[in-house]
Amino acid sequence: MSRIGVFVCHCGENIARTVDCAAVAEALKDHPGVAVAEDYKYMCSDPGQALVKKAIEENHLTGVVVAACSPHMHEKTFRRACDQAGLNKFMCEMANVREHCSWIHEDRKEATDKAIDITRTIVEKVKHNRPLETISIPVTKRALVIGGGIAGIQAALDIADGGHEVVLIEKEASIGGHMSQLSETFPTLDCSQCILTPRMVEAYQHPNIKLHTWSEVEKVEGYIGNFEVTIRKKARSVNEDLCNGCGDCQAACPAKKIPSEFEAGLGKRTAIYVPFPQAVPNIPVLDRENCTLFKGRRKGLAKDACGKCKETCLKDAIDYDTEDTFVTEAVGAIVVATGFKLYDIGRDQPEGLKGYGEYGYGEVPDVIDGLQFERLASASGPTEGAILRPSDGTEPKTVVFVHCVGSRDPEKGMEYCSKICCMYNAKHTMLYKHKVHDGRAVAFYMDIRAGGKGYDEFSRRAIEEDGAEYIRGRVSRIFRDGDKVKVWGFDTLSDEQVVIDADMVVLATAIRPQDGIRELAQKLSVSTDEHGFINEAHPKLRPVETNTAGVFVAGACQAPRDIPEAVAMASATGAKVLGLFSADELEREPAVAVVDESTCIGCMRCELVCPYGAIEQREICTVDGHVCGHTAYVNPGVCQGCGTCQAVCLSKSVELQTFTDEQVYSEINALSMWE
Amino acid sequence: MSAAAEATAQAGTGTAAQPQTGRGVAYYPGCSLHGTSPEFDLSLRAVVQALDIPVTEIDDWNCCGASSGHTTDHLLGVALPARNLALAEAQGFDRVLAPCAACYNRLSAAHLAVAHEDGLAERMPEILGRPFANSVEVFNAVQMLHEAAETIAEKAAAPSAIPNPLKGIKVAAYYGCLLVRPAEVCGGDDPEQPTSMDEVISACGADPVDWNMKVECCGGAFSVSRTASVVRLGRAIVDDARRCGAEAIVVACPLCHSNLDLRQKAMATRGEKPLPVLFITEVVGLALGLPAESLGLKRHFVATEPFLQDLAVRAAKREAAEKTARDEAAAKAAVRAAKRAAAEAEAAATAAAAPGAPEGGEAQ
Amino acid sequence: MTTSTARTLAAEILEATGINAATCYQCGKCSAGCPMASESDLRPHQVMRRVMYGPRERALQDESVWLCLTCETCSARCPNDCDPARVIDAVREIGFESGQAVIPRAISAFHKAFLAQIRSNGRLHEMGMVMEYKLRSRDLMKDVTNAPGMFARGKLNLRPDRIDGVAEVKRIFERCGVTP
Repeated sequence: MSRIGVFVCHCGENIARTVDCAAVAEALKDHPGVAVAEDYKYMCSDPGQALVKKAIEENHLTGVVVAACSPHMHEKTFRRACDQAGLNKFMCEMANVREHCSWIHEDRKEATDKAIDITRTIVEKVKHNRPLETISIPVTKRALVIGGGIAGIQAALDIADGGHEVVLIEKEASIGGHMSQLSETFPTLDCSQCILTPRMVEAYQHPNIKLHTWSEVEKVEGYIGNFEVTIRKKARSVNEDLCNGCGDCQAACPAKKIPSEFEAGLGKRTAIYVPFPQAVPNIPVLDRENCTLFKGRRKGLAKDACGKCKETCLKDAIDYDTEDTFVTEAVGAIVVATGFKLYDIGRDQPEGLKGYGEYGYGEVPDVIDGLQFERLASASGPTEGAILRPSDGTEPKTVVFVHCVGSRDPEKGMEYCSKICCMYNAKHTMLYKHKVHDGRAVAFYMDIRAGGKGYDEFSRRAIEEDGAEYIRGRVSRIFRDGDKVKVWGFDTLSDEQVVIDADMVVLATAIRPQDGIRELAQKLSVSTDEHGFINEAHPKLRPVETNTAGVFVAGACQAPRDIPEAVAMASATGAKVLGLFSADELEREPAVAVVDESTCIGCMRCELVCPYGAIEQREICTVDGHVCGHTAYVNPGVCQGCGTCQAVCLSKSVELQTFTDEQVYSEINALSMWE
Repeated sequence: MSAAAEATAQAGTGTAAQPQTGRGVAYYPGCSLHGTSPEFDLSLRAVVQALDIPVTEIDDWNCCGASSGHTTDHLLGVALPARNLALAEAQGFDRVLAPCAACYNRLSAAHLAVAHEDGLAERMPEILGRPFANSVEVFNAVQMLHEAAETIAEKAAAPSAIPNPLKGIKVAAYYGCLLVRPAEVCGGDDPEQPTSMDEVISACGADPVDWNMKVECCGGAFSVSRTASVVRLGRAIVDDARRCGAEAIVVACPLCHSNLDLRQKAMATRGEKPLPVLFITEVVGLALGLPAESLGLKRHFVATEPFLQDLAVRAAKREAAEKTARDEAAAKAAVRAAKRAAAEAEAAATAAAAPGAPEGGEAQ
Repeated sequence: MTTSTARTLAAEILEATGINAATCYQCGKCSAGCPMASESDLRPHQVMRRVMYGPRERALQDESVWLCLTCETCSARCPNDCDPARVIDAVREIGFESGQAVIPRAISAFHKAFLAQIRSNGRLHEMGMVMEYKLRSRDLMKDVTNAPGMFARGKLNLRPDRIDGVAEVKRIFERCGVTP
């Protein structure tokens, strides 16, 4: 006979506001097999758990049902409590009366009735629970880090320093990410390259880090502790082992006018190139799209139209006939750090975005974005750090900086705040004023969001010490007017329309997740928000975990992040991964399918439908060793507990241990038994 | 009997005609085309005839109310244009051409409001006193010409006794407010950087200039009640067009036309040469070779005659220069052809002299 | 100083237009592009502010909303889809119907003359409207010099263009509750 304890949680007001928790406990008291039923304000608190433990001991309970929140939230908590009180933890189940009931209903009477029903079903289920043991699975103590920006580099270094191997992959030719493009960084005005490049080199030379640049994730299989990742190494046309980075090929390449991605279109590069002099690794890639030889091959020319780089290369490292190759890496954890891209102000926009016709669709040459300004201000940039405008190379005497372009703009852009623009705009006005003393820096802003250590002081300094003019109001129009750029704004504080004849305009465009993030998320089975940012497992308590165990997230692929935050998140993922790798085996819940060999007819339909390849065929032998038939067998290390096999089994011989047919039917019956 | 049913019954016995076909699209001229802007009406009729687009004026149409109607009462602002849509529907049309930008905007906004605002579709028959299914689509002169752009381009480029006077001239396409805003009412074109009128102008052989005031407001209905505002706003438009190299401004709205044409004298501050303000239909008419009188070009306040004369002179010069170039090219071609013929004859003679030689590449 | 009261127009605007004035975050983009901002007292974002936080009289009794050209630039560029143009329409309408609106004489005269023309003829008769406008605005000499030019260019009809359905149009005015 079952002796089940029912514990109804108020969750402060979360449940008690719409559900009469005392009434639920009262109703369950009379339910057959229930030995004790109580309600309490915070069941997950220490006194709450003590109450559960005490009840187990005093009433010799055979099962526990906690009517509270989602099992995602506190199932672990209560199962641990049961375990401590000597009850097999799989005899404890959650009845979700919060997400499934109190949060979504308003009528107190109806919500209470529903909460009672939900709790009854779980009680009926628990009656058929059996004591189970956790499953142990081995852990591959190697990590994969996707993305070689500052977040990815930091995560890789932390894990590698912790003594484990890391595979770091980067889709561009060099690691470094956006940070390598920045001139100085707020709020200290440190030179970005000076603080980043040593880290890049450290990552490259670290004995525990294996780097794949010009590479992308092709396929991800497996689960926490046991992932198998296929990496596509895009055809580089340059043998990484032979190349010594002398740069002769770049000098020889005749295609010299390709807009450089690293220079945000303000500089040019060759078809075979390293993106910037400090690139890591210092090994070029051949951009086949723009290469004269490959253009000729695409046209079907009988003879190659060029070959200068190969002729020049003394190491014979160049091979035009390489193709994409695939390598497979076994890892136990994955860190996603794919970073951001800027909202593109051009006319062609992805679905849902409109672009800014009123700002000229980026077609006015002296209207640039924040990253382009970084390149202008950078000592290694196309102007060697001189602020010169793109149209005619003159020094602009009036520069307008526009905040929130594409941010906080649900009509044309993104509804969210991009978070870092207020700070980098303040930095831009300062950098500009430091270089052009007689220049005018005008910033149009909506609010100044400078909530970080030293941040508000920094933005105040731009105004108070460097003389940046801050005008509160959005800009209505920007257009070319002779050799000036006309800006129509409004100063909402002095209540006047403001028209500025600017020489250059810098648009602080929104931060968006990188292209391809949704496809990557799908490969990793992690979810993204409506904008494509990777969802964290919990916004407060699990900020660097995802909803897939063993996959972690760091930096601006999760939300707009500045450098300190990206680095902090990266180190947090490092700690999480090292924690995971601290044990030789992982414990997994026994939510797996089990075959009853005495009834299985060996039809193997289950093997056909299993999405995880967890089912295999096993021979059955007689006592004297003769094979007399075969049945299905589920590998508990691979099974993910989806239940598809259970649904197709003709002889009802396979079931999930935690969701047997008997349990599920009991739950359903419970609904009709007590009206 | 409910009011709506009553309205239906009334209409059934009254003026509602059987749906008719074959009369093309319904034409809603609006008060301006009947009053202050007869040249828009004249040129439109001339152009649709030349392009073979049949239009039939809606019988007994009423003023759409722009802009006092919707400025003072939202419901009236929907009901007045809706009556015209109901008439067009009853007279058997499925599209209404409303050339005046203000009328177009009101008619289209009413069509949308009835389709989307709660309860309006049910109330409308009662308010109008006629059945109304809101089945008629509204379009404007620019949209109509844009649809016909290919035909216009062909006709404008075809050789003709009177050379196309517009070829190569620079004009500024001015859209103003009502052709582009609100975007959901105005169907399709980019509300900040529209191109449809520019494309019609290109089809005419003229060059639309890249300028800044395409969609800025000219002062709309304030011509009479707040003239100073209209002069201030109009001046910014005319100045920018001039600075960007335009020789004329092209409009598709009688309000814009009247503001920029009638008030341009007051805008001039330094005795600048006035810029003619043409309706897009007049421009298309000129490109199609229609006579200036038939397009109402003499009815403007900024006189179009000097402009048209200048265009004619330039066109004649251009034609002459083109003819000379053509003649020269023909002469050169003739010389080349003669040389080639001589060379071929020589080659044939050589081939004939060498027996057994394979005949061309095919034999291999 | 005005004492803040809870009586605002926000609920009425929400009822009439479905627009929640609280969605306006006062960025000022509307006012930056408003062609009449330099001539009016309350700019579009300030109308939104008055609608949101009152006092309602300050929104209804300001003549600025009557200087709106209905050019829709504010709404076209509004980043948060607040549709200030529609809100301004509604403020005008509420002010007009409640008799609280303070309309510049010339503009009021224009609207009244215009609507009177439509009501009595079904169409606009410019000549008749201008005459009526002059009487209402008491600005008799306005644009007199343009009249001969208009006439010579065939832009002024002496006789009104009256439609058969005048009675229908009159009834539309009545059913919309618009009285002359």
